[in-house]
Amino acid sequence: MPTEQIMESPEQAITESPRPDRPTTKVETRRPGDAPLGRAEPIFEVRDVGVSYDANPAVRNITLDIGHNRITALIGPSGCGKSTLIRCFNRMNDLIPSAKVDGSILYHGQDLYGAGVDPVEVRKLIGMVFQKPNPFPKSIYDNIAFGPRVIGMPGDMDGIVERALKRAALWTEVKDRLKENAYRLSGGQQQRLCIARCLAVEPDVILMDEPCSALDPIATSRIEDLMLELKRDYSIVIVTHNMQQAARVSDMTAVLMPEVRDGDMTVGHIVEYAETNKIFTNPDNKRTEEYITGRVG
Amino acid sequence: MSAAGRVVGGASTRDRVMGLAFQGLLIFSLLVGFATLILLFIDVAGDGLGKLSWDFISSFPYSLPARAGIQSPLVGTILLMILVALFAVPIGVGAALYLEEYADRDRWYNRAIEINIQNLAAVPSIVYGILGLAFLVRGLGLGRVLLAGALTLTLLVLPIVIIASREAIRAVPDSIREGALALGATRWQTIQRQILPAAVPGIATGSILALSRAIGETAPLILIGAIVFVPFNPSGLDSPFTALPIQIFNWTTRPQEEFKLLAAAAIIVLLGLLLTMNAFAIWLRNKYQRRW
Repeated sequence: MPTEQIMESPEQAITESPRPDRPTTKVETRRPGDAPLGRAEPIFEVRDVGVSYDANPAVRNITLDIGHNRITALIGPSGCGKSTLIRCFNRMNDLIPSAKVDGSILYHGQDLYGAGVDPVEVRKLIGMVFQKPNPFPKSIYDNIAFGPRVIGMPGDMDGIVERALKRAALWTEVKDRLKENAYRLSGGQQQRLCIARCLAVEPDVILMDEPCSALDPIATSRIEDLMLELKRDYSIVIVTHNMQQAARVSDMTAVLMPEVRDGDMTVGHIVEYAETNKIFTNPDNKRTEEYITGRVG
Repeated sequence: MSAAGRVVGGASTRDRVMGLAFQGLLIFSLLVGFATLILLFIDVAGDGLGKLSWDFISSFPYSLPARAGIQSPLVGTILLMILVALFAVPIGVGAALYLEEYADRDRWYNRAIEINIQNLAAVPSIVYGILGLAFLVRGLGLGRVLLAGALTLTLLVLPIVIIASREAIRAVPDSIREGALALGATRWQTIQRQILPAAVPGIATGSILALSRAIGETAPLILIGAIVFVPFNPSGLDSPFTALPIQIFNWTTRPQEEFKLLAAAAIIVLLGLLLTMNAFAIWLRNKYQRRW
């Protein structure tokens, strides 16, 4: 089992001594300062965020800091609200009329949900890659050029397109067929095109909502290599249900767990947030341990 | 397991007979419609083909069957279609965009508009004729002119254009909207540069099919007063006009057998126009058909 492989990895650098397991019902949220973010500046400071749909809460009590130039993974079983949470960072939840977001998310100290913050402006800085590759039904070139055009980015468009495709490690494969429809690319290429499209508007943060769930292992590993490459220039938040992926690419991992309320309703919350190494080798929380060893979820 | 070694038995005779009988019934239903159409074609072609000539198309209606043609009704029909397309498509697409992209379904008035449009599509065309007569011809004082005819037909096809456009817009997956919005596009930029271009083939197909409904409409035009004998082409929006179905209707009511043959020839022209439009719509649909 791959998890065991990780457990045996020589990279175990645990400085904290393991704490005794806490009762699983207790909400355990790591406060800033509890775990060093690899000495990273926080780019997002999430404070007591909750999201509800039609007054049915989906996630609640989310508090965590997300580090600058780090890959932060949100993992957890289905229904734990990890996709709901990641959509708070670029205000995609605004598109769902019934969704309501409480609490605050500070981005470089400014509340993204504060008065006078235009979600369109937020999305220019905080890009997103989706679960299923969603290229526009246009040429490869126009897919990349769309973002820079709508935000009125100055500069030579050919250069912008080339730069974005190079950064997404797609340039050599498509440079001779930029006018071809993006739908003719393979799934993995389409997803890298979506990443290139996102990079073209020069965002600060890239949100990835299960970016590899529709891809085969080879395409997945190329995206993972790309993420590690992009980490130098961007902060990345990734939602994944693939624990090995979180272990391979992320610096920090937040584990979300659904909690059953009122019969069928489940509300997600964070049970543990720590350096990825620690989460996968020596988690504090019993539910985290059960989840990463495959006993639940 | 049976002793004969068969694990799965065959269908019982009764099941097989019932199955075949039902299939036969379905084929019969299909043939009723299809054969009627074929017979109609043969009948009309037999009567009308002999009369069909360039002279017939280029001559104006006349009291003598030998010299009568369909130039002014044909021009009237083509002008009507162009005007209806110009009016109905922008308004229809606008309404469809509002309903699909902006309207909040939880509001009662948006639901009321939706139900209303569904119902309007089923209103008999003669009712639109009455509306055109009362409101456009008399109320607005447009008179019995080309513009009044075009606006009446616009009202008639608008619900169909709206419904077809909504379906085309709805067929554009949300992932495209999200992809565009996530790049920092505004709602209008998303609609203008992604949703509408992706929906255009569907909108065009639906609009052409809506127009081909309007092309054969006779009742509302007669009611608002398209004149049955117009030996000249419309000179403008405020000009008296006629259209092919009206000319056909007029000729079929004449006692002379000759005019009935002319009517058959005019029907061939009208059907040709209609089938060309439908074929174009199908071609358009197949060419741009997209699986998301």
